[in-house]
Amino acid sequence: MTTNREKILGLKQTAENGQTQGKKTRKLCIICSKGSLDMAYPPLILANAARMTGIEVDLFFTFWGMDIVTESKVDHLHIATVGNPNMHPKFHIPTMIGGLPGMSSMASAMMRKEIGDLGFPPVREFIEMLHDAGARLWACKMSADMMDVVEPDLLEQVDGVIGAIEFVEMSEDAQVIFV
Amino acid sequence: MTTQNLELDLLETVELDDEGYLIEAHDWKPRLAEAIAGVLGIDLTDKHWTVIRYARDVHAQTGEAPTLRQIVQNTDVTMKEMYQLFPGGPAKYAAMIAGLKKPTGCI
Repeated sequence: MTTNREKILGLKQTAENGQTQGKKTRKLCIICSKGSLDMAYPPLILANAARMTGIEVDLFFTFWGMDIVTESKVDHLHIATVGNPNMHPKFHIPTMIGGLPGMSSMASAMMRKEIGDLGFPPVREFIEMLHDAGARLWACKMSADMMDVVEPDLLEQVDGVIGAIEFVEMSEDAQVIFV
Repeated sequence: MTTQNLELDLLETVELDDEGYLIEAHDWKPRLAEAIAGVLGIDLTDKHWTVIRYARDVHAQTGEAPTLRQIVQNTDVTMKEMYQLFPGGPAKYAAMIAGLKKPTGCI
């Protein structure tokens, strides 16, 4: 029979080293390629959940995902109201209406409020939280070059700008999630 | 018998689920928190107790363990400190030591 001490220690092993007996240390690499408000959250939530359970995390921001860690963009991420058939669980915005001026801003503001009501932080605060939690954040060199973004344009929590080769090497033995 | 042994004995008198969380929150007492923390290799400081007391207060009101973000927002403990206080799994360990079930929140 398992003693209480063993039950607690079983969790400790899982949590502290990302290990279960006989398994390797667990590590997660998450590629964030989308910068819309709705697609910014899933990788950040997964990364945070991983850190909360002791799993090592590297986040790689590429293409539009760069907006998530760009100082001038992070507070203005938008949701698309056109070409987004499942946009809202409560009501649907027809494409013709979604294209009207201000619709995206309005929908984005509503979504921000809903996310806030659920207790989730705004994206900027989420990035700070992940950094404090020990996740590493990397920006993509090619995307930075393409968007004329240099390191001072990025949030201070970003650990560096790296190329694809470095990321591939970094993610050796990790589970990779592409968002 | 040493104090440590007494605490370990206390630990074996309560019922934990398979992951090590206390099944009945009212079985909890401060000495049990010390026993659980001891097994985890954590020495409880005032900061730990701030977190534990807050977690138990939230549970008494809502029936759920607080999320890590709630703990950080409503106590003077920072996110960085939470990871130092409960190495490897702050939300889970805080709940476990406070005698609560595994937190279900995503944040």
